[in-house]
Amino acid sequence: MTSHHDSLPVRGMGYVQHRLADAIAEIGRIAMLMLDTFRQLGRGLAAPRLVMEQAHAIGVQSLALVFIVSLFTGAVAAVQAAYQFSNVVPLKYIGSVILRSVIIELGPVLTALIVGGRVGAAIAAELGTMRVTEQVDALEAMAINPVRYLVVPRVVAAVLMLPVLTMLANAVAIFGGYVVAVTSIGVTTQTYVTGLKDFFYLKDLFSGLIKSFVFGGIIAWMGCYHGFRTEGGAEGVGIATTRAVVSSCVLVLINDYVLAHVLFRFIFPA
Amino acid sequence: MIRIRGLRKRLGRRQVLDGVDLDVPTGCTLVVLGRSGTGKSVLLKHIIGLMQPDEGTIEVDGQVMTGLHERDLNEVRKRFGMLFQGSALFDSLSVGENVALPMREHTNMDEAAIRARVAERLEWVGLPGIEDMKPASLSGGMRKRVGLARAIAMDPAYILYDEPTTGLDPIMSDVINRLIRSLQARIGVTSIVVTHDLHSAWTVGDRIAMLHEGRVVFSGTTSEARETADPVVRQFIEGNSEGPLQAV
Repeated sequence: MTSHHDSLPVRGMGYVQHRLADAIAEIGRIAMLMLDTFRQLGRGLAAPRLVMEQAHAIGVQSLALVFIVSLFTGAVAAVQAAYQFSNVVPLKYIGSVILRSVIIELGPVLTALIVGGRVGAAIAAELGTMRVTEQVDALEAMAINPVRYLVVPRVVAAVLMLPVLTMLANAVAIFGGYVVAVTSIGVTTQTYVTGLKDFFYLKDLFSGLIKSFVFGGIIAWMGCYHGFRTEGGAEGVGIATTRAVVSSCVLVLINDYVLAHVLFRFIFPA
Repeated sequence: MIRIRGLRKRLGRRQVLDGVDLDVPTGCTLVVLGRSGTGKSVLLKHIIGLMQPDEGTIEVDGQVMTGLHERDLNEVRKRFGMLFQGSALFDSLSVGENVALPMREHTNMDEAAIRARVAERLEWVGLPGIEDMKPASLSGGMRKRVGLARAIAMDPAYILYDEPTTGLDPIMSDVINRLIRSLQARIGVTSIVVTHDLHSAWTVGDRIAMLHEGRVVFSGTTSEARETADPVVRQFIEGNSEGPLQAV
């Protein structure tokens, strides 16, 4: 216990302890929400209509954004590769470099970040508004479990749709790289395609899709968790939305690192 | 019958409920009066299990609600309907889907029967044929009435009303008050109405309870409430800013 008479270092320690306890409590609450989601999974899937609605909101409505971002990601990857290859690596490898960087890293991570921004914010804002307008209480009062009714469909839809969006992003980015490589770098179609084929490994594609599966869960759970924790009115919804987006982006990047270690060291070693 | 004994709840640093004892006889409409922030809504949320007390018990038809497993709690909740202060309609669903939701979740009724029940309950609240409208396009009074139609969709034994007339014009308030009375006559429901609207209290209440500083300071029939000499109740009824109730 600290008081205003305590010295600065003691107060500083108290503050750190307080923040640490808050962080541990928050991790515990997130773990409880995840556990509750798994408990309610069976009953939640018994209402496929809710999952389909969320799959439409998370997947179909993100298509245009994912398409545009991926197209330019592939294009930039081609320009950057050509610049870094100059006088060092033959340009015949440009297709290989774009392919591997896209399917292992750029496709899953950039898709997760843009979907995290769009969908994570939408989930947190919707559930946060439902919390502050007592709609979540109304569900409970009607003996309807809010995790089953609201969280399960969103998490299931996100973990199913993120790999699908990532596959699309991979294809579009590789196409974007191809357009730039052929039109402004002077690589032929045959060279580009040969580069793609020579260094295509199925394990790279799988590792990217496994990542996107995990990222889908992170985005939906962060949106739901911060939405459910919303307090106050419009200001609270704004805070919840910001927290959902920031936490899902940070967790996507941290988990990207952890998964890269696990996948390429233990599951798909070179 | 609902029996509440020694209910205590602290929220943050404030002791919101400080030993509430209250009985709600079957078939009765009990109005809980009290100033804003005295814990009336918190009391309702305890009764339907949305909040758990720090101490005390709530019995519904002899079954203790506090500490129940979620599955058992939900079985008790199915005997309740609740009208929330802001109606709490689901924006993403149409009016018809809102009213149908508890039936779709908890019964094996076929679609035709559900549609017929939805139409009937909307007619009861004076809003026939608005099934396809979205909550966002309804006025405050209409939202309250749709919320009430949803609350009575499953023929509840108990209805909890949280500030049913707050924010409504006097005419619409009277419509809601008459609905509360007519439901009691039509389905013999037991009701708890939380309000600080005295006109509403006199119109719908069989009994009145007054909540002050976390306790029930008065409980009696409507006519006993009108005649009581209790200074807190008198000051509230008379709307006097001077007395034991401090204007903050």
